[in-house]
Amino acid sequence: MRIKEHPILDFDRKEEITFTYNGKEIKAYEGETIAAALYAAGIRVLKTSSKYERPRGLFCAIGNCSSCHMVVNGTPNVKTCITKVEEGMVVEQEVGKGDVSD
Amino acid sequence: MTAALKAAQKGASVIIVEKYHELGGQLIKQTHRFFGSKEEQAGIRGIAIADELTKKIESNDKIKVLTEATAQGYYEDKVITVSYQEQFQKIKPKKVIIATGASEKMLAFENNDLPGVYGAGAVQTLMNLYGILPGEKVVMVGAGNIGLIVSYQLLQAGVKVVAVIEAAPKIGGYLVHASKIRRAKVPIYTSHSIKRAIGEKSVEAVEMVKLDENWNMVEGSEQIIEADTVCLAVGLRPLTDLLIQAECEMAYIPELGGDVPLRDENLKTTNEQIFVAGDAAGIEEATAAMLEGELAGLKAVSEIGYTDPDIFEELNRLKEELKKLRNGPVGKVIRKGLKKARGKEDAGKNRYSHIRGYR
Repeated sequence: MRIKEHPILDFDRKEEITFTYNGKEIKAYEGETIAAALYAAGIRVLKTSSKYERPRGLFCAIGNCSSCHMVVNGTPNVKTCITKVEEGMVVEQEVGKGDVSD
Repeated sequence: MTAALKAAQKGASVIIVEKYHELGGQLIKQTHRFFGSKEEQAGIRGIAIADELTKKIESNDKIKVLTEATAQGYYEDKVITVSYQEQFQKIKPKKVIIATGASEKMLAFENNDLPGVYGAGAVQTLMNLYGILPGEKVVMVGAGNIGLIVSYQLLQAGVKVVAVIEAAPKIGGYLVHASKIRRAKVPIYTSHSIKRAIGEKSVEAVEMVKLDENWNMVEGSEQIIEADTVCLAVGLRPLTDLLIQAECEMAYIPELGGDVPLRDENLKTTNEQIFVAGDAAGIEEATAAMLEGELAGLKAVSEIGYTDPDIFEELNRLKEELKKLRNGPVGKVIRKGLKKARGKEDAGKNRYSHIRGYR
């Protein structure tokens, strides 16, 4: 959910864009990271763990912890917490270690 | 940022390598006002400091900024490799200042990997940078300053903080922050810990447990709290991967938050070329980090010939300011840690000595 009113901050949201998550269309604002846009849409599971495939979501949000790795436009292991979302981007949940065979 | 500005002011050319898409580090999400005296920018919000520094850097043509760039490694021939815009680049600087900051500490409990368990910094990022609520009902773990401040920020954003859990018998942060959230009727449970998070795909509840005087869980004292978010504010650890890889001598110094590089009073590490500043040198707060940056930047460029007659005075002034900041009871732990890091007191073990000569 996005904050509409805040006592200190103004959120100057830019152009609305659309990307897909597991084939589903999601609206976001330009300048947001992929993970932020997904959380705003209520999506918390971004990947599964490499061994037991347990659900994983955002943890550090500053590109340190690898808990937000997703497949973006076919590339696995993209740190979605520091990668900006773009119009038409194809984002998919990552399973396990991410397939890098191509 | 302060290191770059100081170095450029003395005439050196600077390249900043930043992983994120904007400058400012953690300041860009700190909506609270700073403590301390006026010359230390007290009363100013972190976001305003970040803005000001960013503007100064952007308008300085001695400084080149690479954002969305990751420093990958430091090599024997004094080359730093950087991945930037899908390319692998090599930079050969005369001096390197590593100011990589810190990362959040994890806490061991069942289901601590469930989505909905965040570090306090992540909550700030979502909420203060992107205006996105991390959840509806939050359990905060840790009543140090970060835990208390972020709890207050959550309340400001309209999120319910259902409990603040603190393992120690008393609140670690400043009373002024604790009072703010107490006034909002948020319960602070001291001598309590989180036993487990409950949920299938993400957090649905938290099991809290009481701790006895030896910090052991008291059986039968478990309590279930309904919450969709767990926010961990249990401390930070210096982000020192680059320093370790560059084979700077490291030591485990708990007073500074973990493994830190040994250095002299000018923040030079055991590698002549490499300086360290900010949380990467030891967990402190932003004012100290900014002063350290200036000190490291100044000393580094003075060693490569960018110097002037006032340099010693300026170096001393910065050291004095840092000393003043670390004075008093609050700085006691830091002072002890720094003695160790400067080799004046027995430092902890170098836990990375085994990787020396690893390549």
